[in-house]
Amino acid sequence: MTAFIIRRLLILPIIMVGVSLVIFTMLQVLGPVERSALYVRDIPKTEQQIQNVINRYGLDDPLLTQYFYWLVGREDPVTGETVGGVLRGDLGYSRTGREPVIDVLKRKLPVTIELALWSIVPIIGIGIWLGVQAALHHNKLIDQVTRVLAILGWSFPTFVFGLLMLLIFYAQLDWFQPGRLSTEFSLLVQRPEEFSRYTGMNSLDALLNLRLDIFIDSVRHLVLPVVTLSYLSWALLLKVTRSSMLEALRQDYVTTARSKGLGERVVINRHVLKNALIPVTTLAGTTVASLLNGVVITETIFNIPGLGKAAADAAISLDVLTMLGYALFTAALFVLVNLVVDVMYGFLDPRVRLE
Amino acid sequence: MTDTTIASDPVTLPDYISVENEYLRKRSRLEKSLGLEWYRLLKGIVTNPLSVAGIIILSAFILTAIFAPFLAPPPTAIWDTTLIPRDGFGEEPSPPGTTWERNVPETVPGWYKLITGRDEWVHLMGTTSGQYDIWYGIVWGSRTALIIGAVVVTAAAIIGITIGALAGFYGGWLDEVLMRVVEIFIAFPFLVGALILASILVPRLGRSIWPASIALIVFGWTTYARLLRGDILATKEREYVTAARAAGAKDIHLILKHILPNAIYPTLVVLSLDMGAIVLAFAALSFLGIGVQVGYADWGQIVSHARNWILALDTYWYIIVYPGAALLLYSLGWNLVGDALRDIMDPKMRKR
Repeated sequence: MTAFIIRRLLILPIIMVGVSLVIFTMLQVLGPVERSALYVRDIPKTEQQIQNVINRYGLDDPLLTQYFYWLVGREDPVTGETVGGVLRGDLGYSRTGREPVIDVLKRKLPVTIELALWSIVPIIGIGIWLGVQAALHHNKLIDQVTRVLAILGWSFPTFVFGLLMLLIFYAQLDWFQPGRLSTEFSLLVQRPEEFSRYTGMNSLDALLNLRLDIFIDSVRHLVLPVVTLSYLSWALLLKVTRSSMLEALRQDYVTTARSKGLGERVVINRHVLKNALIPVTTLAGTTVASLLNGVVITETIFNIPGLGKAAADAAISLDVLTMLGYALFTAALFVLVNLVVDVMYGFLDPRVRLE
Repeated sequence: MTDTTIASDPVTLPDYISVENEYLRKRSRLEKSLGLEWYRLLKGIVTNPLSVAGIIILSAFILTAIFAPFLAPPPTAIWDTTLIPRDGFGEEPSPPGTTWERNVPETVPGWYKLITGRDEWVHLMGTTSGQYDIWYGIVWGSRTALIIGAVVVTAAAIIGITIGALAGFYGGWLDEVLMRVVEIFIAFPFLVGALILASILVPRLGRSIWPASIALIVFGWTTYARLLRGDILATKEREYVTAARAAGAKDIHLILKHILPNAIYPTLVVLSLDMGAIVLAFAALSFLGIGVQVGYADWGQIVSHARNWILALDTYWYIIVYPGAALLLYSLGWNLVGDALRDIMDPKMRKR
């Protein structure tokens, strides 16, 4: 087990270097002049100004040199200050966000995390719970319904689903609105003297400020995006939980447990669930990936100013640095999550540990 | 599945030689010409009601694509079929049934007169902002969907199968290197990676289906490589491979003739599921405004017009509902077929 963890940890830096290489290569699709435009805030007036930027960041150096500078930064030949350097946290300047990319990421991260955290509730609640129920009532009505739900959910394009949600629950029924808060509250939360922002997550901050009205309002605004973001994940979880449960129910130790005279509830909870849910944990990585994919579309549709919307806006106006910042962030997060999942899997399943 | 044929066998054999039984029983001519695995696949697909529904849906799309000039006749003699004809330039979408005023298609087909009882074209499913006709977009968009699915999945499959086969067959350092490359690409969430690459490719390649397609290929091949590698690792230890190797077969011959044909089935299942999923991903990119130009006959592009009318969706529902239904049905068709294939292929399900 220790060897397994050490091996995974040793691979981690290799993967991260590879990820940075892929991002750097994507940057190379653009020529030096186009890339110089990524580093300036004002429109350059002369050829010489463009050339200066290219020299300053070394944009026409050999590729390997450029990669090195891009990673660790580079001393400006004229002024002597260090510029660039992804490892120093300098991801460049975001044209759409009008501030450094790293600040955009920091500011928008809580919004996306809030959305993702709330989505976990239905993912686990509906996905795993329904999956378990479907397996326990194999081939009964609930099983058939969940199968249809899963395959329909799997086929539904996220953006169409989100727009239909808006069409029904906002345009027709007017139960839920797009955005993060109603107008009166969204102005209020901007004033630091009346509302202190601890985390940047509206629902949590509202609770910490003891403002139940704001909390309810923010949760109301979260309902549709959370449903849109999570249905794809619970469709998958439902499928995997169901088949994993069916598999576990057939095992000999279940028969043994039953023949020992244990009650059905004890058999399910102690013997079946415990083993059936192990493979389900491996889906944590996939779920995180589908959340990171999903926020791009969900936040765009529901007009939520999080990381996903920032990435989508950046992509449309070709704000390459913001996009690459998001890519770097998602890739790093995803690699870490997968590492944690792998290690956890080893702890949960003794068979893996022994190998 | 084979239970009935076994039962009709005059000699009742005990369970433990049921594997041999598979080869003893009578075979139909079709089965002989297709081979056991393919026959089982085909039989499984046509006997499962869900996959039959899937095949019907997909056939409908293929027929729509083939008969597109009949369902939505070219408005003029010279017309780029990938662009949706537009009725003027008005900003506000018009509802289904609005009379077509400018650039009216010259021919009015017989089925149209029969169903609507009219002699002039109306916008059957309404128009988007910019007056692009939705009916035309959906009919000609089925060609786009089928082409995108085929091109992207084929290209990604060729890359993925080659890399997976090399890694699985040779193992050792080659396997290590290739699998690390796969892990690097998997580190990017699929849609995020594709979104970024596609938007960077747009200024290079111009607005067409290519930026998004290339991006989907670059980030899409990894699944096949991983899956196939695992199955090849299991297959290459079989006796017939060792026998062929002992007989002096070359590596390339071993891979192509003996290993791939026996290890490819799980990959085929994922390929069929991806035919639908790729089109959804491509539509999602078009919806975000990356890739094809405005007015391209692509379902996602039509839905993207709804982004400007989020606050008035109840009036302009037709921009979402019709192309959305096309996307849903298309991907549902592939998923139904793919799901049935998976059940047939799953070794755990075989003997049940």
